[in-house]
Amino acid sequence: MHGLLSILIWLPIGAGLVILALGERYIVAARWLALLASLVTLALSVPLWLHFDTGTAALQFTEKLPWIPRFDAWYALGVDGISLPLLVLTAFMTVPVVIAGWSVIEIRPAQYFAAFLIMEGLMIGVFSATDALLFYFFWEAMLIPMFLIIGIWGGPRRVYATIKFFLFTFLGSVFMLAALIYMYVRGGNYSIAALQALPLTLSEQRWIFVAFLLAFAVKVPMWPVHTWLPDAHVEAPTGGSVILAAIMLKMGGYGFLRFSLPIAPDASRELDLLVIALSLIAVIYIGFVALVQQDMKKLIAYSSITHMGFVTLGAFVIYEIVRNTGGIQGAGMGLDGAMVQMVSHGLVSGALFLCVGVLYDRLHSRQIADYGGVVNTMPVFATFMVLFALANTGLPGTSGFVGEFLVIIASFRASFWYSTLAAVTLVLSAAYTLWLVKRVVFGPVVSPRVAALRDVNGREFIVLGALAAAVLLVGVWPEPLLKVMEPTIHHLVTQAVATKL
Amino acid sequence: MHALNPNVLLAIALLPLAAAIIAGLGGRLIGRVGAHTLACLAVAVSCALSLGVLKQMYFDAAPVYDAKVYTWLVSDGMHMEIGFLIDRLTALMIAVVTFVSLCVHVYTIGYMSDDPGYIRFFSYISLFTFSMLMLVMANNFLQLFFGWEAVGLVSYLLIGFWYTRPSATFAALKAFMVNRIGDFGFVLGIAGVAYFTHSLSYRDAFAAAPQIAHAFLPLTSHTSVEALTLICICLFIGAMGKSAQVPLHVWLPDSMEGPTPISALIHAATMVTAGIFMVARMSPLFEYSEGALSFVLVIGATTAFFMGLLGVVNNDIKRVIAYSTLSQLGYMTVALGVSAYGAAIFHLMTHAFFKALLFLAAGSVIIGMHHEQDMRKMGGLAKYMPITAVTCWIGGLALIGTPFFSGFYSKDAIIEAVGASHRFGSTYAYWCVLCGVFVTALYTFRMLFLTFHGPERFRDAATHAAAAERPADATHAEHGHADSPHESPAVVTGPLIALAIPSILIGAFTVGPVLFGDYYGRSIFVLAANNVLAKVGADFTGPVRLALHGLISPPFWFAAAGVFTAWVFFLREPARADRAAEKFHWLYTVLTQKFYFDWFNEQVIAPLTRGVGIGLWKGGDQALIDGAMVNGTAAELTWLGGLLRRVQSGYLYSYAFWMMIGLALLLGWFLVRAQP
Repeated sequence: MHGLLSILIWLPIGAGLVILALGERYIVAARWLALLASLVTLALSVPLWLHFDTGTAALQFTEKLPWIPRFDAWYALGVDGISLPLLVLTAFMTVPVVIAGWSVIEIRPAQYFAAFLIMEGLMIGVFSATDALLFYFFWEAMLIPMFLIIGIWGGPRRVYATIKFFLFTFLGSVFMLAALIYMYVRGGNYSIAALQALPLTLSEQRWIFVAFLLAFAVKVPMWPVHTWLPDAHVEAPTGGSVILAAIMLKMGGYGFLRFSLPIAPDASRELDLLVIALSLIAVIYIGFVALVQQDMKKLIAYSSITHMGFVTLGAFVIYEIVRNTGGIQGAGMGLDGAMVQMVSHGLVSGALFLCVGVLYDRLHSRQIADYGGVVNTMPVFATFMVLFALANTGLPGTSGFVGEFLVIIASFRASFWYSTLAAVTLVLSAAYTLWLVKRVVFGPVVSPRVAALRDVNGREFIVLGALAAAVLLVGVWPEPLLKVMEPTIHHLVTQAVATKL
Repeated sequence: MHALNPNVLLAIALLPLAAAIIAGLGGRLIGRVGAHTLACLAVAVSCALSLGVLKQMYFDAAPVYDAKVYTWLVSDGMHMEIGFLIDRLTALMIAVVTFVSLCVHVYTIGYMSDDPGYIRFFSYISLFTFSMLMLVMANNFLQLFFGWEAVGLVSYLLIGFWYTRPSATFAALKAFMVNRIGDFGFVLGIAGVAYFTHSLSYRDAFAAAPQIAHAFLPLTSHTSVEALTLICICLFIGAMGKSAQVPLHVWLPDSMEGPTPISALIHAATMVTAGIFMVARMSPLFEYSEGALSFVLVIGATTAFFMGLLGVVNNDIKRVIAYSTLSQLGYMTVALGVSAYGAAIFHLMTHAFFKALLFLAAGSVIIGMHHEQDMRKMGGLAKYMPITAVTCWIGGLALIGTPFFSGFYSKDAIIEAVGASHRFGSTYAYWCVLCGVFVTALYTFRMLFLTFHGPERFRDAATHAAAAERPADATHAEHGHADSPHESPAVVTGPLIALAIPSILIGAFTVGPVLFGDYYGRSIFVLAANNVLAKVGADFTGPVRLALHGLISPPFWFAAAGVFTAWVFFLREPARADRAAEKFHWLYTVLTQKFYFDWFNEQVIAPLTRGVGIGLWKGGDQALIDGAMVNGTAAELTWLGGLLRRVQSGYLYSYAFWMMIGLALLLGWFLVRAQP
């Protein structure tokens, strides 16, 4: 099993480079190679899951090679219970993206596939790096293919969107880098474990916390630094939206769990109300904004922001639980909820963007008003779309329910009001999602163009079917997922509620 | 005294699910006959097994079954499971659910025979049966919520079954939204239980109830509330959504947009009673909260009386029955509110039979009238549809509580129980339920008279024109409108007869053990001081005596007055009804406007919500955040604009290249600076 993580990182990147080298002339080969590479990567993540020891919080499948000896930076990899699910999610979500782009990309298709494969490797790198500098390398490098994907294959306002996307995420990341370097100066080491153990004064922690907050809040994204996301989604091609929503947003949540809580626990405790307030604003304010969107992608983008609000709420509510009850019971549930919500949102939002892509490929419009009565001409598609919409509203039996339920139950231990405000999402998410469904899917056929729609083809069926299976599986039996996370979450709670002072 | 077999319980729940999945995914392979055979067979077996369980629980005194099926997840030491609790309350519920479901399955073969969505419909109703069974069989809050939302989902899908009708998709969305408001409360109630017990199992929650009763929850730094009252009211808000109590009742009349079989199954007999069942199931919690029970009582009484009034002015045969359902659910809720949980469940059971019967009879009328639902265009149908008319009369007599009919025993017990209660709100509730009897009789007989008796109004030309406009009628067009209404086929009348029998008999046969005996055992918990049913039942000497006594009690006279009024106004001298409507114009308007609930929701709440959304979007996101902070002041705008121009003029790759260069430089600078 040694070197498995390296293979998962470099195999897709290598395949991507080969496709780039082959160029656009061998597009058929490029497609099949891309599919093969993404499938092999997914297949290789299976033994990672199966051989993962669920009895320990320690890093597993570790690798360590010298990288920049001068700065004591290592090529160090490893996974634990919070990175493994996200890593597997990355491997899983790249396959539908490749299949969905099979024949609909008209300009430079080979480069399109290459960009996604390279991005897959880099994203897996983010989740498996255990050296902060290596983490930062992957974190920033990943922006480049995404930047190109939106910039080259995007919609008419793609340049505005790419720049906005880049400026937001990049500005946030710079502060993280500064914080990492500061800690390197203090501790002489970039190992994340060492940073977590590094004793820091409260004021140091505050600065570091704020730096991390800027970086991660943009990625999540949290209100009020969220406005890049709807623009990026609207302009991105389908695959770009899928990866953006399914994986890239998770980096922010992952960052909070991996860096903010364990490295600056005292500052997190002190400033938790800030994050909780922003999370609840995301849930309610953005829920209202989602309701009035006219563009399907924008609506789903805003819906993403509200769902990610549950991630940050679940992560930071732990301090209020300790404050309110004097014990840590329920804290782990908040973090569990945050993690499951990330995985679920990856599946559901990815699936919804793919659904919009299916419609867009046919009608070249994302405007809700251009649709209506799609079920009459595309019954199979309509079934999938309704299923994913219901998952988006957090219907029990789908993955969307699990995380929200855990976070709502956990936040009740902190305060009745947090729980109440978070639960408003039950109403709002149903309103904006099912209103969308009502206008797009149901009703009589509104136009000759809708009447001419053809139902999903085999490729689209496989993609949506696989996602539907995953959404239902996580919803009906989430225990395997929770079991993988359990020791790590437990360890994280201990770290997060401990004090470094 | 054999313990229940877990495999039998699994089969009861899973057979309908299997039928739903096979019909739903493989509908094209098995065809229409395959689909309905499979679905009916599955629910028939499920029904037979449920009756077996009922027999085992009652006659063989089998011990209560309480065990998990599988662990859904473990989080932070809290085990969330899927598991079954089968006691006598559950046994009664699964028997009622599967029996009514079976009748509706069979009926559907006839009712939906011309519908292109035939197979899909069977898949949905089987899925519904599964969901409802999971709900009532749950031994924990998680599974309860699963079933709770799943029945809501199927209800949503079935109300919007004819998805090309805008009114149907609107009603479906409305139903889901209103139920979600209820679920919002429900989930908080569950979270509250979990907060105090760190468990989601009923067993732990019930055991902890006396302790929670003494706990307080802080709402602000100065005020706190009784924790159990808050939890129970939150849970009851869920019940208000599902069981359509004021003000969350607005979805139920609109749900009549769905096909009639599901109006009978979901929106009368089973799903809407989930809230009633839930509160009865939670009796060990509610019993310790006087405040919550008073809340339940007042809401229920309001629904029972005022929603019944709306039935008097409506002309759509299905909607009249829908308002009747609202009102009867109010009666059940009132029973819960005075701690007469047993009476609530008893009324739930009798109501399930006679209300399903009324709906299916209405459906039979609708088929006979070629999908006409307006009672003003009916009349005199008894001659053409004798079986439907007789069974519908039986349902009506049971509904108004005619002595010896099943509805008499259950409704009378509720009224007596309210009279015997001293809980806050019980006087108001008593007058509501008593006057409600008059209203019930009035709208029921108005419906019977207008539909089955009096002049034949269906021959008017206008009727046919109106009927032809209805989309679902297209498939019926070939029958020809010139025909007289005709009696429905045997698959339709069969279930009517099957439901008419229990509508007459079930009350008299079960009132002794279920209402006044110890049928429920420990599955329902009542504090000795609150036990009004024991007071009411103290002088119970048998069903016949009770019915004879009923003939001289006030509710009977109220009902008789209602029937008489209906006869005068709607059969003998219909012009009087119009004159009364003119004379009491304001009252008539308030009633036809349904107390302005829909107006308020559609004209105030909905625009307000959209307004807030647009305000936050345009004002918050676009003007404030993007305008002022991101794109910034004029200078910043120019800066971004310049950047944009440069990029637009150049090639995108070069920008990416510069980005990487910049990144590397920045990284290098930090690294050099950071060098120790």
